[in-house]
Amino acid sequence: MVNLTIDGRHIQAEEGSTLLSAARANGIEIPTLCHHEALMPTGSCRMCVVEVSKGGRTRIVTSCIYLAEEGLQVNTKSQRVQEVRKLVLQLLMARCPESEVVREVAKEMGVNPEPRFKTSKDKGKCILCRLCVKACESIVGVSAIGLSGRGQTKKVGGPFMEAPQACIGCGSCVYICPTGHIVMEDDGKGHREIWGKTFNMAQCRTCGRYFAPLEQLSFISKATKVPLESLMVCTSCR
Amino acid sequence: MDLKAITKTARDTIKKYNRDHSQIIAILQDIQGVYNYLPKEALSVISEEMDVPLSRVYEIATFYNSFSLKPRGKHMIEICAGTACHVQGAANILDRFERELGIKRGETTQDGLFTLEEVRCLGCCSLAAVVRLDGNIYPFVKQDDIPRILKKYKKQEVK
Repeated sequence: MVNLTIDGRHIQAEEGSTLLSAARANGIEIPTLCHHEALMPTGSCRMCVVEVSKGGRTRIVTSCIYLAEEGLQVNTKSQRVQEVRKLVLQLLMARCPESEVVREVAKEMGVNPEPRFKTSKDKGKCILCRLCVKACESIVGVSAIGLSGRGQTKKVGGPFMEAPQACIGCGSCVYICPTGHIVMEDDGKGHREIWGKTFNMAQCRTCGRYFAPLEQLSFISKATKVPLESLMVCTSCR
Repeated sequence: MDLKAITKTARDTIKKYNRDHSQIIAILQDIQGVYNYLPKEALSVISEEMDVPLSRVYEIATFYNSFSLKPRGKHMIEICAGTACHVQGAANILDRFERELGIKRGETTQDGLFTLEEVRCLGCCSLAAVVRLDGNIYPFVKQDDIPRILKKYKKQEVK
């Protein structure tokens, strides 16, 4: 266990735990966009910045990837933190003017768009946090999508910006996306479209509901060696 | 281009590097050395043979400026746009090349002879403004030199 101070409170955190998890475990809220319990944090959205000081030196760090240290003084709401967070939000708003989530967070914190930052028109709602890519890789295990290019032209999508062949249509990327950039459409008649690829949905043997793409079920069947036939029942009828 | 040849080149290159994952960039460089660009099929072969997701290979191929996924011309014209060359009129030189060749930066002429690229500092600022053509450095380039430089390469083609 290590002892540290967060916002003036003495806190004990397990060794190797991040400042973010230590703060949250003690009811201290730090805003995040790209953080997800199921995935390794990467500190890409920069929303979780906090001010840490030790031995008279103070600096700004991303709390989701900064490990708790003995004797560390953490401030999650200082003037400096607020200013950095405000700037991060203004940049995110300029990049993704359509994103309701970013706008909502900004509104909560009383941050207004900075007119000096030119708004982008072609970035959609994507903040390039890589959550979808990581989920596809380490949770689903198919690595259908990735971030291509870099800098101004960095973009999420399938290889060659085409419908990804490896995609099984599970929709994990849609669920995990913090800003709702990725669109998945179910037409209710047995088809699902995502990443420009159309999937045939499997019908539940019991209730007749279209519940999952056939490709996803055969992927699960192959991975778990459960016969496909026994997977053809939806979660509510199982 | 011949699909079989591309597959063979890719396979041979992968074998040369012992399927080592850390050598993907070297493999891509070797393949680009053969074709002047990275054919789509080659990336698929790398993905399959080396058991690396295609999305990862594509990420690498698009991250580095030196890789191109579009076919490039036989001769590569690189105009330095670093600070020293910029001051010596790199923008005008680039303009003139665009006019002479009838293409924009990043494009390839229809006859497949020339590809025009704007690059950052080539590391020989004392020779500004610099143009690199197929790896040969042309120092102190002025707009009026450009037709002569191009002529030399076009002449080679006729022979």
